[in-house]
Amino acid sequence: MHKLHKHQARMGYLFITPTMLLFLAFTIVPVVMAMYLSFTNYDVVSRRDWVGLDNYRRLFQDSLYWQTFRNVIFYSVIFVPLNILISLLIALLLNFNKPGVKLFRTMNYLPTLTSAVAAATVWIWLLHPEFGLVNGLLGYLGITGPAWLAQTNTAMLSIILVTLWQSIGSNMVIYIAGLQGVPDYLYESAKLDGASAFDRFRYITWPQLRPTTFLVSTMSIIGALQLFDQAFVLTQGGPANVTKTPVYLIYQQGFNQLQMGYASAQAFVLAIVILVFSYINTKVNKSEESIL
Amino acid sequence: MADTQTNRGALSYKTSVHTPGYKARKWAGNILFYAVSISIAVFMFLPFFWSLMTSIKPSEEIFSLPIRWFPSSISWEHYRTAFTTVPFGLYFWNSLVLAIGGVIANLFFGSLSGYAFAKLNFRLNKPLFMVLLAAMMIPGIVTMIPSFYVLKNFPLIGGNDIFGSGGNGFMNSFWGVIIPGASGSFAVFFMRQFFMTLPTDMMEMARIEGCKEFRIFWNIYLPLTKPALATLGIFTFQAGWNSFLWPMIVLNDPEKATIQMGLKAFSYNYQTDFGPMMAGALIAIVPILILFLVLQKYFVQGIAFSGTKG
Repeated sequence: MHKLHKHQARMGYLFITPTMLLFLAFTIVPVVMAMYLSFTNYDVVSRRDWVGLDNYRRLFQDSLYWQTFRNVIFYSVIFVPLNILISLLIALLLNFNKPGVKLFRTMNYLPTLTSAVAAATVWIWLLHPEFGLVNGLLGYLGITGPAWLAQTNTAMLSIILVTLWQSIGSNMVIYIAGLQGVPDYLYESAKLDGASAFDRFRYITWPQLRPTTFLVSTMSIIGALQLFDQAFVLTQGGPANVTKTPVYLIYQQGFNQLQMGYASAQAFVLAIVILVFSYINTKVNKSEESIL
Repeated sequence: MADTQTNRGALSYKTSVHTPGYKARKWAGNILFYAVSISIAVFMFLPFFWSLMTSIKPSEEIFSLPIRWFPSSISWEHYRTAFTTVPFGLYFWNSLVLAIGGVIANLFFGSLSGYAFAKLNFRLNKPLFMVLLAAMMIPGIVTMIPSFYVLKNFPLIGGNDIFGSGGNGFMNSFWGVIIPGASGSFAVFFMRQFFMTLPTDMMEMARIEGCKEFRIFWNIYLPLTKPALATLGIFTFQAGWNSFLWPMIVLNDPEKATIQMGLKAFSYNYQTDFGPMMAGALIAIVPILILFLVLQKYFVQGIAFSGTKG
């Protein structure tokens, strides 16, 4: 028996070795290294000298860097709540057991399958100021639509529209799964007590969906703060940098200008911001839980 | 989509079956339901429809005003243009190789580790698994630059010496895309959850018969996880096929560009040529669409599974 256990343990370690080696090389080492590189002037080609806090000092005076933060926070503040609200509403609607409901779910899910690049490419055409479908439809209503991607006041809103279109389908499915996990007897007894549909949502559905909402909001926040693909394809960060995001800037700084050390410092600060937001999200969800 | 649908909708009506005006209210409810559902579905589907129509319109009809919903005649010319002006076929192939490579690696390493974490006893089982899980919270952007460094300075690869300098390492090679994602935390977590649900007595029986551990995994347990493997396979394929930033960093050689990079080049080079651009975008979606339609059942189950239990 003892021998068998030892054998089993050996095989266990053997089986996880490839994964753990990859994990070490592409997660553990990089995280430590990100920190180290952020204190150097690494430029891929020749230099990798210790420069101390220079990168961080520079970063605090870099107005473009902070502008990208403002951009992405503006984006997140609108995108994340809308994403949760819309996907929840659609999930509530499509949780009814009626003929055709599967088809509706499938159609809402289709945009999630597209790549960010393909979706953005299609939307460049849809948002075309003169010949695009969006402004064409607005024209039916007598509205002259803006040059969506070229104007500073609508560029980020366009990106919000595109990313919402692309992401609510998968969150809808997660919410439907969550809704189906709510035990039926809760609703039945509430109905016996004469609770209205709104009351049932307020006191049963919403609290029961808390873990689902936590999952959806955490993923949305982490994703939103790392916005890149759509901003890169739709607007190239413009006009006037209003859609340039931190990841975009880090990519440019690191891989176009080869200032890897400085880009690492930027990435590190962004990561801390993301972790702080995720943490706040955990706290918000926990505190609500304790109330109920 | 979901087979385990509850009949909550039906239930809510049951309580009011005998009240007057029930039929009228049910009617109004149904009309409202279908009106809203159809509007949403149309909005979600419209971009697909519009890009398909654009891609098969004769060039002169693309820019016609007011909106022309259907083409007067169908032309495949834009699809031909998409494949001839940029090497779109090559990009398609490159993406396919990368995505399938990612799928095979993740299914194998993910299930191997998942099995070990779920079924084998070893002292560091729990702590190592917790570390792996915690790492899922680390944003990708942090590891991007150092991962580049690790791949570029990998010893004895791509002209590098033992200290990792001199050459290009895994840069500009498909391995540079496949290896870092070869066994993700998610794959391990997902497979572990599935192996946990399988009974252990088959394992004990096989051990008594003198079966080797790898054969127990490979011949007895792995075949039972086909639904999980299918789901994970779809997820991994989708992630690999749709990824953009990392391949763009690793692969500089135009011969190695992926379909997403090719599509981007489209919108640079053919700014006003929307016909081929829409054709390209649709071609880039097709493989995922086919995979989804064929394996739809697994797909949605998988999302529900990872979504509610993640």
